Amino acid sequence: MISKLFKHLAKHIDSFLMTCLFFTLLVGLVVLYSASGQSLSRLSGQGINIIVALSFMWAAANVAPNQLERIALPLYVLGVLLLIAVALFGSVSHGARRWLSLGFTQIQPSEIMRIAMPMMLAWYFSKREGKPAMADFAVGGLLLLVPVALIMKQPDLGTAILIAASGFYILFLAGLSWKFLVGGGVLFAASSPLLWSMLHDYQRRRIEILLDPTQDPLGAGYHTIQAIIAVGSGGIAGKGWLKGTQAQLDFLPERSTDFIFAVFGEEFGLLGNLLLLLLFSLIILRGLVIASQAQSTFTRLLAGSITLTFFTYAFVNMGMVSGILPVVGVPLPLISYGGTSMVTLCLSFGILMSIHTHKKLVTT
Amino acid sequence: MRTELKNFQHEQYYFRLRLGFTAFVVLALFGVLAARFFYLQISQYNRYQTLAEKNRISLAPIVPNRGLIIDKHGVVLAHNFFVYTLEITPSKVDDLEATITEIKQFVEISPLDRKRFSKLREESHNFESVPIRTHLNEVEAARFAVNHYRFPGVEIKSRLFRHYPLGKLGAHVVGYIGRINDKDLSGLEKSGALSNYKGSDHVGKSGIEQFYEPNLHGTTGFQQVEIDADGRAVRVLSSTAPVPGNNIILSIDSKMQEIAETAFGEHRGALVAIEPKTGAVLAYVSQPTFDPNLFVDGIDVENWKALNDSLDKPLINRPIRGIYPPGSTFKPFAAMAGLENGKRAPPFAIHDAGYFTLANSAHHYRDWKPGGHGMVDMQRAITISCDTFFYGLALELGIEKLTDFVRHFGFGEKSGIDIQGEIGGLLPTPEWKMRRYKQPWYQGETVIAGIGQGYTLVTPMQLAQATAILANDGVAMKPRLVTEIQKAITGETQIISAVVQDKITLNPENIAIVRRGMMDVTLPGGTAASVGANAAYAIAAKTGTAQVIGIKQNEKYNASSINERHRDHALFIAYAPAEDPKIALAVIVENGGHGGSAGGPIARKVMDYYLLGKLPVIDTVADPKATVKPTGARAPTTAAPIPEEELHD
Repeated sequence: MISKLFKHLAKHIDSFLMTCLFFTLLVGLVVLYSASGQSLSRLSGQGINIIVALSFMWAAANVAPNQLERIALPLYVLGVLLLIAVALFGSVSHGARRWLSLGFTQIQPSEIMRIAMPMMLAWYFSKREGKPAMADFAVGGLLLLVPVALIMKQPDLGTAILIAASGFYILFLAGLSWKFLVGGGVLFAASSPLLWSMLHDYQRRRIEILLDPTQDPLGAGYHTIQAIIAVGSGGIAGKGWLKGTQAQLDFLPERSTDFIFAVFGEEFGLLGNLLLLLLFSLIILRGLVIASQAQSTFTRLLAGSITLTFFTYAFVNMGMVSGILPVVGVPLPLISYGGTSMVTLCLSFGILMSIHTHKKLVTT
Repeated sequence: MRTELKNFQHEQYYFRLRLGFTAFVVLALFGVLAARFFYLQISQYNRYQTLAEKNRISLAPIVPNRGLIIDKHGVVLAHNFFVYTLEITPSKVDDLEATITEIKQFVEISPLDRKRFSKLREESHNFESVPIRTHLNEVEAARFAVNHYRFPGVEIKSRLFRHYPLGKLGAHVVGYIGRINDKDLSGLEKSGALSNYKGSDHVGKSGIEQFYEPNLHGTTGFQQVEIDADGRAVRVLSSTAPVPGNNIILSIDSKMQEIAETAFGEHRGALVAIEPKTGAVLAYVSQPTFDPNLFVDGIDVENWKALNDSLDKPLINRPIRGIYPPGSTFKPFAAMAGLENGKRAPPFAIHDAGYFTLANSAHHYRDWKPGGHGMVDMQRAITISCDTFFYGLALELGIEKLTDFVRHFGFGEKSGIDIQGEIGGLLPTPEWKMRRYKQPWYQGETVIAGIGQGYTLVTPMQLAQATAILANDGVAMKPRLVTEIQKAITGETQIISAVVQDKITLNPENIAIVRRGMMDVTLPGGTAASVGANAAYAIAAKTGTAQVIGIKQNEKYNASSINERHRDHALFIAYAPAEDPKIALAVIVENGGHGGSAGGPIARKVMDYYLLGKLPVIDTVADPKATVKPTGARAPTTAAPIPEEELHD
């Protein structure tokens, strides 16, 4: 009876993906305990985040992809409207206008966009007949740029990059021509001085400091320098759980959120890092397999984008902590403390599972 | 023609191709990350390991307890105690004025504190913490501690403070410590002791505190502490305990010191008493004195001005830095010079008509007593301080022989006492005069040198040491204030043994003549008969009078004070008991008039206490109308003041 119920509940859960997620989340809790200074309240807080996020995942997995297809456009329109509302009436905190007050609670519309953007573009390209034409890509590009520009203006570079990436992956997977890609790359390089002038001072400073963190060892470079010291001093096997001096003695800033990977690298060393890369790789490869087996244009584009966006999260975060990418506010997926990113991530994994498990239903 | 199925398959094929490309990119970029981890955690491991260690480990010095200064009977003259201080690190405070104003709500800060703070700030670096208030009481400390969070860069510290419980008493002996300034720093650096002063704020600045600094300071300990990013110590990894400074035990008896200082009353002057057989200094007075406690945490401007500008010059260490013409106290040593050179041995005698003349000059060198003393031999010449006798003696000896001989008694040279800053005084020679004034030596200058006038200058220390050498039959013991150095923890003591500095070969018969002459000084008929009145022991002494000169006569002497301060200095040397001397001393009372009447009673009180344990009857300084008539040679008015710098060599 119980096993039957479980079977029913787990019907739309991908066991391979779920196993990988389980171990990654477990690693995350172990590191968080150390990074938060052995705070049980932080640990239980993150536990609740995970439970909530997994519920969303389960719910999403049980929604058929054609339902998602139907809400793609309304969700996107709602997201853009809310972003405009934020730009007009949003509340400012820490120098950024990201939140919209609804009276009883505050919402961050850019989070809706994380899901709405790939859904919208996947829907758009699934509606094109045959091979998409250049004009379709132009429309797709516009659909992408409007919300990204609004988010960059908030300013929230990290989210803007991730959403831009998620949209770009759809354009790429939908068959954006190589000529255009190369041409766009050249154009981007040529227009970079203009882009540079559009960046905020603190964003420019971050890129400058990335090139040479020692420029400002006590200010903007401090984060990067201390993170690199933490990772480097971890050595092969790490200093041991709860024994990272950089982490435990407060030398690492934001160490339970964006810089949690430095704590991990310090305490578990190269072996730990490679294990985490392996877990991430398995999740990504599984996602790519799901995408390749998806049967409709909408589902395959969406699955591909979701998977590659997850990769982008992981790569940008680990790259910034180990000093090869600038410091942008991107958390380490499934590991960093925080409810919002956990929920959006798991929601997207739920969509992946839904795409995979509803496949047969679609074909029959 | 594209069928739907074909179209679908075609689309899926291209999609999978692109997906395969992204899979390749994903793995390639993860490969880049893995390479980066390999570089950081394997290739550069040592470097980052070192950086991490440097981040977390800090060496914190543990300042040792400073040694105590104790008198010969165990009375503590300098000790340490803990006090709360409120300190500000200027570099960590944005608006210093506003912060201080706010602090005032919790802790009282007087204008004097403010002034001292400003002065200390000028002397220290921006990142050093500087006390704004010291000696906070428990209530103040607690009240501030509660509001501490409001004042970043302001901290309550518990510091060891130096305290001199006897205050002014013996201040010039004990000296004081003060905050380390740039000059001290370079001095410590030169001596290689700088690393031992990490964490120390104070260093000995004068007296015993300065001279015995290496003993008193102790060895700084170190703690390896793990610190967090804010620099707070989290836990101790290892520690090396500090070694407390040694206790310094003086030969001074603070009771006797008190008797001596009190005996001076309002007079300025100096007294040095020495045990002739060991060189131990028994009393060391410089009047007026000052409170060394004022200097410990930085003296404020008002007090500094009051001390520094005072005409009485309380900060001058008179026994070693005050220079005076010896006057007639020089005669016993001139007498020894004559006798040892085969001149004037009894029964030689002169008839003193009250003056002396040079062969080809009409100038009269007068005796202090108009009409003269009649028949005078060597012994009597000392007893009655006959100038005429010594004029002739000096002339016949010649200036070279005179100075060469008395140099053995320590004149013209530093005594080597264990206090820094000693001046060597001056024994003039023709070469010196040529060098100094580009003028030849005149015979008349030899004549007056015989009675301790002219260019000759001595410090009270030198005079006391010369007297001690005479009392010790020509054996010069190195003078010293410290007899024992005691380890603070074990209590183990190292005795500083007496050191023979020099041995003058003197004919016992000659010594006997001079010493008999000096014994008669305190007997009826001598120049200090009152000093010997009712004494239970025999006192050998010599009086002297010197014209005002020597102590820095700077431009600040105003007209009215010059008049008062133009009186002669009174000098007095003595040793007792005369047959077996246990104490030798020299007293100088500035502007005190005659040596016997002004200096004698002070000397008597000190000797009475030392030899008999007798406490003086409460009376102040010698009565100016003392029974003994003013005697002793007057300095010729031609004696020019000599700039102090000249006397150092």
